[in-house]
Amino acid sequence: MAKKESTFFNMVFSLSVITLVASAALGYVYEFTKEPIAAAQLAKKVRAISVVVPEYNNNPVEDMYLAAIPGSNDSLEIYPAYQNGELVAAAVRSFSPKGYSGNVWLMVGFIPDGSIFDISVLEHKETPGLGTKMADESFKAQFRNKNPQNFNLKVKKDGGDVDALTGATITSRAFGDAAYTAWKTFMEGGKHD
Amino acid sequence: MPPILPGKHLWKEESMTNKDIFKRGLIKENAVFVQLLGMCPVLGVTSTAINGLGMGLATTFVLIMSSIVVSLVKSFIPDKVRIPAFIVIIASFVTVVDLVMAGFFPGLHEQLGLFIPLIVVNCLVLGRAEAFGSKNTPFKAVLDGLGMGLGFTLALVLLGSMREILGSLSLFGLKFVEADGILIFVLAPGAFIALGFLIAIINVLKKRFA
Repeated sequence: MAKKESTFFNMVFSLSVITLVASAALGYVYEFTKEPIAAAQLAKKVRAISVVVPEYNNNPVEDMYLAAIPGSNDSLEIYPAYQNGELVAAAVRSFSPKGYSGNVWLMVGFIPDGSIFDISVLEHKETPGLGTKMADESFKAQFRNKNPQNFNLKVKKDGGDVDALTGATITSRAFGDAAYTAWKTFMEGGKHD
Repeated sequence: MPPILPGKHLWKEESMTNKDIFKRGLIKENAVFVQLLGMCPVLGVTSTAINGLGMGLATTFVLIMSSIVVSLVKSFIPDKVRIPAFIVIIASFVTVVDLVMAGFFPGLHEQLGLFIPLIVVNCLVLGRAEAFGSKNTPFKAVLDGLGMGLGFTLALVLLGSMREILGSLSLFGLKFVEADGILIFVLAPGAFIALGFLIAIINVLKKRFA
C-alpha cells in the first residue's frame, strides 16, 4: 500500500482515527482495572491501620471521621478501632510538611488516653538510605507506649526526647512533627469512647 | 528523512536476518551501554535490581506493542504527522501498563509509579518506532522490540544489581552482610558512577572478544 499523502484532510483524518481508537481502548482498560486498583488501595490502607492499633473487630475504614488540626484549616482522617463496641485505639493519618523533600505521611495509632501504640510510614520522598530509615524498627521503637504529654516529640538537638536518625535530622524532625500533629488532632478533635 | 538517532547508518535493515535483528539489541547496539538512550529511567529507578527488572520489563512491553502497532498502521499515517501519531500510540500502551500495574502489582507500582509515565518520553521507544517499526513488517518489528527491550532490561538489572550490592549489600532484596553499604551508590550520583564503570567494562570486553 502506498504511503498516504500529507494533505490536510489525510492528516486530520488519520490523527482523529488514531486518537479515537486509543481513547476507546484506554476507556476499556480503565473500567477493567478500576476495581483491582480500588481494592489494592483499600488493602494498603487496612494494612497500615492494622499494624498501628491493637486487635479490633469493626471496620475502621467505614467508621472513619475527619477532625480539624488545631490552629489550621486542614483536617486529618481518623480511623477508630473498636473491639466489641469498645474503643481500643484510633489510627490517625497525619503528615508533616517539614520533610527533606515534600510531605511525610504517617499512620499513628493512639490508645484512648493519647499514648502512642505504634507508627507506620505511609508516603514520603526522603533520601534513600538516610531518611528512609525512619521506617526501621530501631527508630520507631522509641515512640511506642509513649504519651506525647510527657514525651517531647522534638529531636534531642531541639530540646526534645527523640533520638534522631544519623544523617537525617530533618526527616526525624518531620517524623516527630507529624506524630505531634496527629496527637494534637486526636486529643482535641477525636472521639475517646 | 534525516536520521534521528546517532549511529543509524550502522543499521542495514535489508541485509539483516531475523536473528541479527533480535540479537543486536542485546549487546552490540545495547540501548543503554552503546546508544545511551533513555537515561532518565536508567539512572532513576536502578537503586535496586528488582526495580531495574520491573522497569525493564514494562519498557519492553511498551516497545514491542508500540512497534507492532506502528508497523501495522505505517501506510495509513501521513509522513508529516507520524511523530504525534507514534506518541499517541506509545502513550496509550504506557497508560495500559500504568493501570494494570497499579491494579495487579501494587507493590511494584509504589516503587516505580513515578517513572512509569516517563516511558512515554523514553527516546528509545520513539526511536525504535521511528527508525525501525515504521519501515518494517510487524514480525520484524516484534523481534526488534524484543531484542532492544531485553537489552534494556539486561542493562537495568546489571546496573541495579551493582548499585544494590555496593549501596545496600544486598541483591534482589536479600541482604548478604549485616552492615551499611556505600551510601552514594543508592543516590543519584552513584548511578552515574556505576553506569560509567559498567560502560567501560563492557567496552573493554567488547574489544577483547571482537
